[in-house]
Amino acid sequence: MTFAGWLQAIVFFLIILAITKPLGTYMAKVFGGERTFLAPVVRPLERLIYRLCGVREDEEMTWHAYALSMLAFSAISFFYLYVLLRTQKWLPLNPQHFDNMSPDLAWNTAISFTTNTNWQFYSGESAMSYLSQMAGLAWHNFVSAAVGIAIAVAVVRGVVRTSVKTLGNFWVDLTRCSLYILLPISIVVGLYLVSSGVPQNFHAYQTVVSPEGFRQTITGGPMASQEVIKELGTNGGGFVNANSASPNENPSPLSNLVEMLLIFSLGAGLTYMYGKMVKDTRQGWAIFTAMAILFFAGFAVAYQAEAAGNPIVHAMGVSGGNMEGKECRFGVSASALFATVTTDTSCGAVNSMLDSFMPLGGLVPLVDMQLGETVFGGAGSGLYGMIVFVVLTVFIAGLMVGRTPEYLGKKIEHREVQFAILAALVTPVLCLVPTAVAAIVPAGLATLNNGGPHGFSEILYAFTSTNANNGSAFAGLGPNLFYNVLTGTNMMFGRFAVAIPALALAGALAGKKSVAESAGTFTTYSPIFVALLIGVIVIVGALTFLPADALGPIVEHLLVLQGKTF
Amino acid sequence: MLRYLGTSLRMTIVSVILLGIIYPFAMTGLAQLVFPWQANGSFVTVNGKVAGSSIVGQLWTKPQYFQGRPSAAGKGYDPTSTGGTNYGATSKKLIDSIQARIALLEKQNPHAPGPPPIDLVTSSASGIDPDISPDDAYWEAPRVAAARHLPLSRVQGLIAAHVRGRTFGFLGEPRVNVLELNLALDRLR
Repeated sequence: MTFAGWLQAIVFFLIILAITKPLGTYMAKVFGGERTFLAPVVRPLERLIYRLCGVREDEEMTWHAYALSMLAFSAISFFYLYVLLRTQKWLPLNPQHFDNMSPDLAWNTAISFTTNTNWQFYSGESAMSYLSQMAGLAWHNFVSAAVGIAIAVAVVRGVVRTSVKTLGNFWVDLTRCSLYILLPISIVVGLYLVSSGVPQNFHAYQTVVSPEGFRQTITGGPMASQEVIKELGTNGGGFVNANSASPNENPSPLSNLVEMLLIFSLGAGLTYMYGKMVKDTRQGWAIFTAMAILFFAGFAVAYQAEAAGNPIVHAMGVSGGNMEGKECRFGVSASALFATVTTDTSCGAVNSMLDSFMPLGGLVPLVDMQLGETVFGGAGSGLYGMIVFVVLTVFIAGLMVGRTPEYLGKKIEHREVQFAILAALVTPVLCLVPTAVAAIVPAGLATLNNGGPHGFSEILYAFTSTNANNGSAFAGLGPNLFYNVLTGTNMMFGRFAVAIPALALAGALAGKKSVAESAGTFTTYSPIFVALLIGVIVIVGALTFLPADALGPIVEHLLVLQGKTF
Repeated sequence: MLRYLGTSLRMTIVSVILLGIIYPFAMTGLAQLVFPWQANGSFVTVNGKVAGSSIVGQLWTKPQYFQGRPSAAGKGYDPTSTGGTNYGATSKKLIDSIQARIALLEKQNPHAPGPPPIDLVTSSASGIDPDISPDDAYWEAPRVAAARHLPLSRVQGLIAAHVRGRTFGFLGEPRVNVLELNLALDRLR
């Protein structure tokens, strides 16, 4: 480990800390329906969209209506992408004449983008037309992120509001998120990415010949406009197969920093927005603190493991950190940092190949996702996941002192706890059951890239990632019908089986009366609460997943120390 | 439910037009106006002919050129098939390929100082890594100098002039762009 390597992580975090308040304040304005400085330009466009779509801006929705709108929109957007991928051969902007995608792969990809997962069984540069990229994938990057944030906002409203049945208007939240937050940031930062070297064109691929006579096909496409929203919306599906490891998507150490900032920014901003909306910013900072501690713990382990390097390689006389599957311009530190950032959130973009990480280095992204991506979270899904954990924590704290638990003036009763437990149980069940199945059926073992415990890690990682809607991969695992179908189903349940209980929880909370704070009220912004919250997250995660992790990365770590290969 | 589906359909059409069509075209227009060189692929030309993209690595095999890192992209440095080996730390294939790579490099570089640096024996993540570390370049320098009949110090000086340090002193790692270094070598003649 080097000083510069740590400084990189610390400066990154300080920038996040600095933008959390202004961004959160702005987001609170956007979702509070207030006028923002962009209104002169954006407001007319916003009105036009409502008129074209028949949306009544002032209409309020119950949690049922909110959830149904969300499901209907997800269904239509899934169907649209599926059709686009199945017909791209006959559509414009396909200079490489790529064929239509196979049904199972198109199905997998369409679910993947609808659920904000962006699991990459497809290879962008050799299978996707420019139209599929920009009007399919990049469009999904916008709206699936906006859907996630809308759900988070609705959940927060449930916490804030008292004695009402409604959580806001899904269409308005979706539109305002896209127009006031995602689009403006994408335009500005997208242009920066172009300046750093990310291509933005519609050229056909071009063949060039090096001075030595090496012929090479250089790819093109509208990459920068997609790259920026891929990170900002914590989507993570690459324009090209190598994702943000490709110098086309991520050309320099500075672009790398900017992309990591994009990934964390909205999740961090949401914590402040939350504090602002519940009229007590300490509540938001308490959540932020818990997230920050989990973030640094993950980075420290991953960085240490990767910097230490592979003892089997060292035995051959070559020293240094683990550079297999990493880029020279990033090195060990920026790669470990990116891996932590991308799995703390539901992003899943990668700037290095996680499959080639050291066993403990690869364990960090795995555990991050198993903790529910609550660390700054995905676009929205992190915050509502965290609120679920907060409710559980308050409940457990209440049990410990023998009082009816309450959170922000709301009594937490059996209905709320049921929904919270439901949301918290979905992840382990959907992750571990298919992993166990895949580990014993031939189709599950057919496309592994590694033997021994690392092969098992590839399977475990695939189902953890798709279920958590992350999309990063131990990418050696190849697609086949078995994985296309199973991971597709898994992504669908991973998204909606958490979002719907979270909305139901919000609906239940919104209907409650507010009770006055008393001397016995458990403060939910104190260091004790933060410690308890971290404890609940880690214990729930550790108890559920430790046995599986022990069979994969942990056994592998012990074997690599003994110099065993498979 | 029908009402929700109807609104969804309209919202899909409207937002695809705005975010999926107008936005990327507008960005392309802006990019082509402000940063045309980068937007078109950062091509480097030599004598009027495109020699490559400065951000995309090439496969170099001749002794008089600096070599890049091992590549798992297609048959090597194929931008239409990017990616890494995805071999884990205990993979026999990984260990065997590193061993073979060390043997090959030591044969090609008899006068190199010590064993090869880690970057030269491990595959990059993208398979089109345009850079090598300064250590790699200095390690290869004796071979390049011998093949070009140049004094070693001249080649080392050229490397030093092409090292890019960490951005702001702490971002990323120091590196040398292989294409730029090799083109500079050709210009020495």
